[in-house]
Amino acid sequence: MLNKNIYLILIISLVFAISFWIGFNVNLLPAEASINAPIYDELFKILFIIGLIIFIGMTIAVIYSLFKFRKRNDQIGDGIALEGNLSLEIVWTIIPSIIVLLIGLYSYNIYDRMGGMKELNHNHEMMSSNTEKIWAGISQTSDNEMSINNLSIEVSAMQFAFLFNYPKGNFISGELHVPVDQKVSMKMESKDVIHAFWVPEFRIKQDIIPGQPTILNFTPTKVGKYPIICAELCGPYHGGMRASIIVEEESEYNEWFNKNKKPEVNL
Amino acid sequence: MTISIDPQKTNNESLQPKGWLKYFSFSLDHKVIGIQYLVCGFLFYLIGGTLASAIRIELASPMSDFMPRDVYNQVLTLHGTIMIFLWIVPVVNGAFGNYLIPFYVGARDMAFPRLNAVAFWLIPPSGLMLVASYFVEGAAQAGWTAYPPLSITTPQSGQIIWILSVLLLGGSSIFGGINFIATIIKLRRPGLKLMQLPMYCWAMLGTSLLVVLSTPVLAGTLILLSFDIVANTGFFNPVLGGNVVVYQHLFWFYSHPAVYIMVLPAFGLVSEILPVHARKPLFGYTTMVFSIMGIVVLGLVVWAHHMFTSGTPPWMRLFFTIATAFIAVPTGIKFFNWVATLWGGKISINSAMLFSCGFIINFVFGGITGVALAQVPFDIHVHDTYFVVAHFHYIVYGGTVFIIFSSIYHWFPKVTGKMLNEKLGILHFIITFIGFNLCFAPQHWLGLNGMPRRVAEYDPQFQFVNQISSLGALLMAISTIPFLINVFLSVRNGKYAGDNPWNALTPEWLTSSPPPVENWEGEAPLVEEPYGYGKEITEQK
Repeated sequence: MLNKNIYLILIISLVFAISFWIGFNVNLLPAEASINAPIYDELFKILFIIGLIIFIGMTIAVIYSLFKFRKRNDQIGDGIALEGNLSLEIVWTIIPSIIVLLIGLYSYNIYDRMGGMKELNHNHEMMSSNTEKIWAGISQTSDNEMSINNLSIEVSAMQFAFLFNYPKGNFISGELHVPVDQKVSMKMESKDVIHAFWVPEFRIKQDIIPGQPTILNFTPTKVGKYPIICAELCGPYHGGMRASIIVEEESEYNEWFNKNKKPEVNL
Repeated sequence: MTISIDPQKTNNESLQPKGWLKYFSFSLDHKVIGIQYLVCGFLFYLIGGTLASAIRIELASPMSDFMPRDVYNQVLTLHGTIMIFLWIVPVVNGAFGNYLIPFYVGARDMAFPRLNAVAFWLIPPSGLMLVASYFVEGAAQAGWTAYPPLSITTPQSGQIIWILSVLLLGGSSIFGGINFIATIIKLRRPGLKLMQLPMYCWAMLGTSLLVVLSTPVLAGTLILLSFDIVANTGFFNPVLGGNVVVYQHLFWFYSHPAVYIMVLPAFGLVSEILPVHARKPLFGYTTMVFSIMGIVVLGLVVWAHHMFTSGTPPWMRLFFTIATAFIAVPTGIKFFNWVATLWGGKISINSAMLFSCGFIINFVFGGITGVALAQVPFDIHVHDTYFVVAHFHYIVYGGTVFIIFSSIYHWFPKVTGKMLNEKLGILHFIITFIGFNLCFAPQHWLGLNGMPRRVAEYDPQFQFVNQISSLGALLMAISTIPFLINVFLSVRNGKYAGDNPWNALTPEWLTSSPPPVENWEGEAPLVEEPYGYGKEITEQK
């Protein structure tokens, strides 16, 4: 009996060790390029490790039972008439409940850190003059939240393109240029069907809905060019509905911005 | 309450076609209707599978080069609709439910045999209509979710035929649900208590409650959508002041419970199969019953987890996260109980057992990604990507379809009186299991790294992984060949099975194989312990 328990403890610790090793050494995610991304990856790692422990444990239990309890040729009759074990069943009700509850609380914490629980409409400049209800995406802000340099962009999506309107420069671009480490605030609206704005490297996604503006705030942290992907089926060319987001140093961004800026017309 | 045999009815029965012809007639026999459901469902599975192969061929290269883009969208819409409404739902509910439930409650037929036949005969015409819509002006191309305004702006004929077809199939499903509830509650043989019923009855009771509560909501929603399309109303049309997100709420109020309509019966079936081949009682009967009912209740309040990026308010996101994650608890209980059922048994390693164990492994994997997807911050990145595609195929294919095959291996001797060939069965399992995992496991990575779902073209960096996935799909397609050969050979020349080849204790095995028209020659037996393996009763046999 003691021998059996030692084996059980050995196997369980081995499962834990393998799961933690895989969880810390196998990276399944793309580059991290926004403030959201490392927070997301933290959640992913935890869920990945818990998932691996459960999956490997259950798989071993099933395969072990198939081998250990397989019917040998000379055997007749049935297995033991074991119909249940109340304390065991209580244990495997309570432990998963606790795990699920802890995951829930933890993901609430993650969501809060991503800015999901913030009142989005509160300090958005477009709201002050506008009483329409705006539905919210994720609202991630950088550490220097008070900076007035928040870049506001209006995104309009249509079959099959994104257009980015820079109200301050009075121009529209097909490419989204943003300065690194600055909060970007986007108000998005669709001209026709539902689209979605997804940047995998930023770990953010928000549907763009006709007749219902949505808001998405993010702060890029890494200079580079990343794909913007439409993630909601929007018609035949849905797979081709992509754009690029170019995260650049502030000086480069300003150069690009000034080049495209249209002079204000004095009447 | 036993149904007395009316002599006039017996005369009518003799006028019914005999042999295989009866399966093409308007039969009132629950067993014939069950087989009609199964065969009809399997034919649609072959069509849906062909469409899936077309999708995987298109995705073997990053360019859209195998079929036109709008045809691709029609193919993925038809694939989803056929697999859900014409294969999985009719087979796990209609086929096995009709065949088994009257045996399990000790009745001679379903409560409403004519309603039962009507429910089945709605399926072939609506299925054919759906497939035929491709040849009219092109089939629906807005996905099986038919989100407006896309479903309003794409060609109308296809979308309208799709709506009509889904309405008929929903009607069929509701008729079936009412029939199952009535049969399980009212037609139980005297002396048979609810807590003595085989687990599949509980699963079907829970499923039918979900069908009856949620399918009418889908029907209402689709009728409103059809008004928007043909009569220019503005329920969901933003141009006319409609709200597209309301459609999503109404749609998922049905379509999330639909997932449980597809998996709860499979949970019931596996609970019948494992004890027989492990020669052990089902572990934790009472907790199994409560967990089914727990899943039914929770299943009705989780729909908005499909809409975490649709612009739902934060409080709603949180509520649905927690409700969804908690479904893992009753589901987990069931899986622990099944493993405990295997533990200490005398397990026959046969095709039915292997498919059931494959189901446990696949479904645990799909369940784990499901708990992850329930977390709002996690879902926001992977929503509408191949991660989700992989997740739900692990549930509906790795879960339910594996159990459909397991059930076919288990009950084939009951239906035909012949055994299926075990070697071909094990070959079928091995190819299916490898093909399935090769096809869908890599898709998790694709979704995490930036491949959205429902696309005909993608970033070339994903080509290699997509080709692995397509190779898996090819294996899955090949895996149906040994299965079909096996079925055709065994129906004609299979080994004679005897009445009870598995030495099982559930009531359907206590009559001849195949069973007589009204199930038992004499009175229905009273089975108080359907899982009494290892006790004295089995030793008497």
